[in-house]
Amino acid sequence: MTGLWDLFLTAAFVDNMPLTLFLGLCTFLALSKRPEAAFGLGVAMTGVMGVTVPLNHLIYQGLLAPGAWAWAGMPELDLSYLSLIAFIGVIAASVQVLELLLDRFLPSIHAAFGVFLPLLTVQCAILAGSLFMVERSYSLAESVVFGLGSGFGFAVAVAMLAAIRSRLAYADLPAGLRGLGIAFVLAGLMSLGFASFAQMVAAQ
Amino acid sequence: MAERLNFWSTLTDPLIRQNPVTLQILGICSALAVTTTLATALTMSVSLTVVLTMAAGLVSMIRRHIPDTIRLIVQIVIVASLVIVIDQILQAYFAEISRALSVYVGLITTNCLVLGQTEAYARHHAPLPAMVDAFGNGLGYSFVLIVIGSLRELFGKGELFGAQILPLAESGGWFTPLSLMLLAPSAFFLLGLLVWTIRSFKPEQAEAREHTPPLYVEPAE
Repeated sequence: MTGLWDLFLTAAFVDNMPLTLFLGLCTFLALSKRPEAAFGLGVAMTGVMGVTVPLNHLIYQGLLAPGAWAWAGMPELDLSYLSLIAFIGVIAASVQVLELLLDRFLPSIHAAFGVFLPLLTVQCAILAGSLFMVERSYSLAESVVFGLGSGFGFAVAVAMLAAIRSRLAYADLPAGLRGLGIAFVLAGLMSLGFASFAQMVAAQ
Repeated sequence: MAERLNFWSTLTDPLIRQNPVTLQILGICSALAVTTTLATALTMSVSLTVVLTMAAGLVSMIRRHIPDTIRLIVQIVIVASLVIVIDQILQAYFAEISRALSVYVGLITTNCLVLGQTEAYARHHAPLPAMVDAFGNGLGYSFVLIVIGSLRELFGKGELFGAQILPLAESGGWFTPLSLMLLAPSAFFLLGLLVWTIRSFKPEQAEAREHTPPLYVEPAE
């Protein structure tokens, strides 16, 4: 149990997707101007990652991993080079399903998400979650925790950046630094702060 | 499509004036992660430029046959297939760099630069201009990667391409490596400063000031 909790903390804070691993930065920067939008994005990220990483784990272990077809008499078949296409397909499909479900049962939340939900298909952080799951060979329980933890870390980071940026809208910045420039500097400072979490889990 | 396309400006515009990374916020994810050394930055630049150019050519060639409703899926499958090819080539011939790049080569699939380019330009243009434009955008991306990669490797380790440029203090020289340069925050700072530099020379790129307070609520009567 403590192992899974450690994994959650590591995924959320030490290996924070946008700030430490530079994943999902496009949406991280583009949608962090308003706190409400950032919060919606964070919740959507957590949901989608919590679903797609375990789903891709099952598909990888069941169909693509070396030796997965041994029961059918093809033990040397290695389809792992197809994982990229399979993962993207799963992510696109689950984003679509999630959108349909929300639209049917929770229309208010669906309206709040707006265009962010379909955009998540091409979010590098989500695909990276599945690729890391293969690279580090997580078990099914670990991949659930890892997916939720990474999504939660993303949500925390994007909400914090949005809060700082909405305050800075009043600030008198040099013209060239306005908008994107200051967002990078802020992300750098936050990343410096998150670097100190590295000791937190290691020290336990 | 009767107007003559100016190939030279299509090719050079994305370098500084329309740079995909610093102006359009596309493809940043991989741009920062792989720039700890110049060698990985260069490999990533070449891979991305190849994938981008070929994907733009392919999408543009079949642009009249793709139904509008499923075009995203078609484009992603084309890009993903090209990325798999590149990934296999890197693993076969440049195993060490491929390990250093980790999952980031695979992530070219979801690089917003590639999809944005095929979606916005290649879908409406003939193959040749689409490929020229994609190549130009690839060069603009490579420019940013190489600038940041060389700065980080030079000041983080005193090396370029793994060869010692600045003599290190511990081996009798004068240079003390700044280990912060190899960590994540410095990549953000460098890219922020690069954006600032480019926008100081090109003031028309600067973003407009936000006048309205974002969370301002009208006081009730």
